[in-house]
Amino acid sequence: MTGGGPAHGPELTATAAAGDSPQSAGVAGSVASTGAPISEGTPSFWAKLSKSSPLVALILQRLALSVALLFAVSLMIFGGVEALPGDFATTYLGQSATPQAIENIRKDLGLDQPATTRYVKWLGGALQGDFGKSWASKNSVSEQIGKRLGNSLFLAFFAAIISVPLAVGLGMLAVQFRNRLPDKIINVVSLAAISLPEFFVGYLLILFFAVQLGVATFPATVYDSMTIGQRLSAIALPTATLVLVVLAHMMRMTRAAILNVMSSAYVETAELKGLSGLRIIAKHAAPNALAPVINVIALNLAYLVVGVVVVEVVFVYPGMGQYMVDAVTVRDMPVVQACGLIFAAFYIFLNMFADILAIIANPRLRHPR
Amino acid sequence: MPDLLSVRNLKIEATSYPPGEPPKTVTLVEGVNFDVQKGKVLGLIGESGAGKSTIGLTALAYGRGGVRITGGEVKLNGEDLLKLGPNGIRKVRGAKVCYVAQSAAAAFNPAHRLGEQVIEASLKHGIMSRAEAEKRALYLFKVLGLPSPETFGQRYPHQVSGGQLQRAMTAMALCPNPELIVFDEPTTALDVTTQIDVLAAIKHAIEETHTAALYITHDLAVVAQITDDILVLRHGKMIEYGSVKQIIEAPTQDYTRALVNVRGTRRDEAPDQTDTLLKVDNITAGYSNGFKVLQNVSLHLPKGQTLAVVGESGSGKSTLARVITGLLPPQEGTISFDGKALPKALKGRSNDELRRIQMIYQMADTAMNPRQTVRDIVGRPLTFYYGLRGREKTERVKELLEQIEMGGRFADRYPAELSGGQKQRVAIARALAAKPELILCDEPTSALDPLVAEGILKLLLKLQEETQVSYMFITHDIAIVRAIADSVAVMHRGRLVRFGPKSKVLSPPFDDYTDLLLKSVPEMEIGWLERVLTTRRMASAGN
Repeated sequence: MTGGGPAHGPELTATAAAGDSPQSAGVAGSVASTGAPISEGTPSFWAKLSKSSPLVALILQRLALSVALLFAVSLMIFGGVEALPGDFATTYLGQSATPQAIENIRKDLGLDQPATTRYVKWLGGALQGDFGKSWASKNSVSEQIGKRLGNSLFLAFFAAIISVPLAVGLGMLAVQFRNRLPDKIINVVSLAAISLPEFFVGYLLILFFAVQLGVATFPATVYDSMTIGQRLSAIALPTATLVLVVLAHMMRMTRAAILNVMSSAYVETAELKGLSGLRIIAKHAAPNALAPVINVIALNLAYLVVGVVVVEVVFVYPGMGQYMVDAVTVRDMPVVQACGLIFAAFYIFLNMFADILAIIANPRLRHPR
Repeated sequence: MPDLLSVRNLKIEATSYPPGEPPKTVTLVEGVNFDVQKGKVLGLIGESGAGKSTIGLTALAYGRGGVRITGGEVKLNGEDLLKLGPNGIRKVRGAKVCYVAQSAAAAFNPAHRLGEQVIEASLKHGIMSRAEAEKRALYLFKVLGLPSPETFGQRYPHQVSGGQLQRAMTAMALCPNPELIVFDEPTTALDVTTQIDVLAAIKHAIEETHTAALYITHDLAVVAQITDDILVLRHGKMIEYGSVKQIIEAPTQDYTRALVNVRGTRRDEAPDQTDTLLKVDNITAGYSNGFKVLQNVSLHLPKGQTLAVVGESGSGKSTLARVITGLLPPQEGTISFDGKALPKALKGRSNDELRRIQMIYQMADTAMNPRQTVRDIVGRPLTFYYGLRGREKTERVKELLEQIEMGGRFADRYPAELSGGQKQRVAIARALAAKPELILCDEPTSALDPLVAEGILKLLLKLQEETQVSYMFITHDIAIVRAIADSVAVMHRGRLVRFGPKSKVLSPPFDDYTDLLLKSVPEMEIGWLERVLTTRRMASAGN
């Protein structure tokens, strides 16, 4: 029996929604409810902490959640790789695969042990930074990944420091000139950039800047012997491609989030104080639009690290993405697992940082009553 | 004396976009003229839709949403604000003319400290140096009676109360030393006991700084305390314009007379009979986090009578209604209805028990499904409780609509096509459809204009005579209590401080809280505020 039937039902829900005080209750509620699952073991400590400094309590809770999530992901990666059809030994031996030879290789790699034992061993090693040895090259996975990851981060870093300020700045500009020409131009260009697949953008850039104009280098392969200047010139095109791909998303989110705030009463107050348009946007609207903007930036940063596979392949750039793709084709499982786990870690921790920053950006949590 | 602000032939329009029709231009305000002299206060008064806020904002040449000022002139010190252009008007806003919004809670930016926001306009317009502005802010915080004025500016908006925010907003408007301030219903959203403090603070601050003001409100009793002149508006047109004394004591127009007499309805109480319908015994209720909203509340309500529950926001009035409906099962205590104990939770109650208690809400808007017609809304309880269908149901819906003085032609309308008062009437019809013995009315008139609210109260009284239904009427307005109640319960911080027949509760000797509550209700009388403040000062000097 739901509620008290029609005469009661709809009316009563309506009061509940209308009657509760809006924001303060929401925040307090979320603190209380999210604090609950962890607080069960040590209620007094958690209850005290989330009351005296909700910020610290929330951040600790997000940290714990991220670690738990990463653990779950490691299980899924290992399970997923286990479940893949085909195995390394058969692929590796090809024509010369005899049951005996396959058996030998499997023993060599420790595949004869039960999956749980291997998982525990793998996870134990991974926690200490040791991802085992590549089956194909017999080299240490950690060592190889270290170099590749450095390359990927180098590329992602430059793409990020260009795209994030650019996106936020363009977003504010679009708000200031909303529904006028500059806004429309920004919108159309960013929409075009987001609609084109990144490999296409990459090839277009190569065609114009490397082939026709000859001002950029291609391929974008970097070597240990290169100076920093040479490296920067090598990554110009892939960086530009990445910037174009992630820019639109962040820009549009910034615009939407700020526009959403622009209709609030305190923006009207600012307007009635006679402040200039850009000051209103930067000082009064933007700080209240931070949470969604931070989130979308973090998602895009994660994408820069994780999703560059295609761009790295197009530009022949020796990063993590290319490394992982190569490993998948030869079923080099330790490498696949290691890459998967590192990508997942980046994704989870960037999102966690976004969450924490968004929490810190909320003055109600930073300065409890 | 030359006029500070002089408005002539004001015309304001907006474009509306009715669904399925071409956009059309609506005239909101037409032919409005008024003047404000230096240091004087003009009250703009009228019901919602009268255009008072819209007119107030023209002093800053600002149109909210799609509102456009299309004609007339608005001269500040002889200079027409409407001809200034965007950069010119920006130099006026926040410097010469400032604005105090109705909801300070929404009008302060949650991301910045109060002090920064208060001095921002003074700094940006280059009126003062930071040190001067901070000094002035401190002075204003003191004048407005804010707690610990030295550190008040360090706080964030969510860290102070609603009444304090409203005073901080006044400080923000006064800070740049403007020539004119527009107060847009600054005390409407506050409790009566808070309202009087804010009102006194505003009055004091205006006198202290010799600032002129436009004071917008729908409450004539409030405006009588603070202004020199009053402009009565209706549907965007001027009804009457004159001094406070003339408007209050000798109004010339019918509409103004109705406004002045709106709180006139009074009713003598019926004798307390033994035939008790609702008995609430020692109820304690609260939420799972251990916070008790109600503590040891006991009261009763005889058949066919009205019990008014009064108190400020947060006193637990609405929670009491939720407990009685079973939405919030009490932690302790019992509720009996017509001599039988009611199951505590909604789920445990039978359909008939549910039928006998119905509810009306403050916001009729949110209490109705916007996609159902009036027929569906009123007809649903008929089908649910009485199994009526087809012609029978249509007839009964029509009957109910007649009963609430609206008539069957409204049956096919959607809630969006009704006015605020009509919506509340439909909500009453829906409650009546169940033929209840008790209707819980949760501030059903507080969102309505005074004249409309009075119509609703009269309707409720008429229905009580016809059907012998009992009301538990939750309100914060003592005038309503006088108008309709037989017995009164005064609540404060979750406890019942006073309960009994109306004549006893509302006459001395009072407990401290009831005394404060009664003395805080503005009366339609010039000089009321001063009188109350003087008594208060004497009382505190005596202590």
